[in-house]
Amino acid sequence: MAIDILKSLFLSYGLVGAFGLIALIMLISYGLTGAIKQKRMGSAVAIIVGLVLAYIAGKITGGSKGLADIEIFAGVGLLGGSMLRDFTIISTAYGVKIENLKKAGLPGIVSLIAGIFSSFLIGAVVAVLLGYRDAAEITTIAGGAVTFIVGPVTGTALGVSSEVIALSIAAGVVKSVLTMIVTPFIAPIIKLDNPTAAMVYGGLIGTTSGVAGGLAATDTKLVPYGAMTATFVTGLGSLLVPSIGFLIIRGIFN
Amino acid sequence: MEIYGFGLVALCMFIGSFIGRFIGDIIGVQGDVGGVGFAMLLLVLVTNYFEKKGKHFDEKTSKGIVFLSALYIPVVVAMASIQNVVAAFAGGLVAFAAGGLATIGGLLLVPIISKLTVKEDMKMEDKK
Repeated sequence: MAIDILKSLFLSYGLVGAFGLIALIMLISYGLTGAIKQKRMGSAVAIIVGLVLAYIAGKITGGSKGLADIEIFAGVGLLGGSMLRDFTIISTAYGVKIENLKKAGLPGIVSLIAGIFSSFLIGAVVAVLLGYRDAAEITTIAGGAVTFIVGPVTGTALGVSSEVIALSIAAGVVKSVLTMIVTPFIAPIIKLDNPTAAMVYGGLIGTTSGVAGGLAATDTKLVPYGAMTATFVTGLGSLLVPSIGFLIIRGIFN
Repeated sequence: MEIYGFGLVALCMFIGSFIGRFIGDIIGVQGDVGGVGFAMLLLVLVTNYFEKKGKHFDEKTSKGIVFLSALYIPVVVAMASIQNVVAAFAGGLVAFAAGGLATIGGLLLVPIISKLTVKEDMKMEDKK
């Protein structure tokens, strides 16, 4: 009986249940990363936990919507759906100052464009080499190579399957996690030891969590410089990839 | 009020998405072309315009927007948990190759672009 009541609670309070579940995932992820003194990796770990849960749910239900296919977790589909995702992403642009954009100046702008273009190009080449031929799918995977937001934003806009959107998120997560891990080791080689280089690095890599984590592990003083340019990549990528990026890819593959 | 912050972001989202879908219609793509990007740009322009005019947002309005942006990572976690990961793993090499190579490519470009800016700085010093 208690189980039935519990189940009915999850069914009638779906979105609230989703808030609780995600809070629990964040708590566990930040707890784990805090225990190994790598708290800045918390968000990356939480995303991985989310992907793992989606994998398990997919194996159990055989469905294509991860946790949302399990009846009592259907609310997660609303919380993680494109409506709230786009709403919250847009809000992150708040606090960005046009002066700061100008202050980053030429290095910032060049690195932003070069970062989006090179990631997009590499992602597209990988997608084509591994057998993808549909322009929308190639663009989505290439978007994922820019950041784990640009991929799904692109994929949703171009109407590709959830499978390809998941791939693009995975590509972005690989980038984010790898950035956090390798940055402190590669920093001396690429002369990442001054604010200008940090701004260039932020624009080139683009994943805000990866950049903030990677710079924190290298030199905490560099974090705001890198994060400043990195925050523009997702917005600019979300603008350029589904529009110009898609047109270029469609021009080549149609 | 905090809800004003929500309202402002909502307005930017609707205008941005309108532009995105309008462009989508024009170029014959189903759906939204860069709507989120346009909305972000609009939010930056609007907030900077008010700052310039010396009219700072009410603290509570600002808190509403900050609260929304704090939800961004949790929402992304929720988004990750509803993806078709089983299918993604079937072609997982794409994700690892695309994400990994893009990271390495970006890192290798850092010294090249940094160098370009050092030259720019030196030019400016020469002028002085």
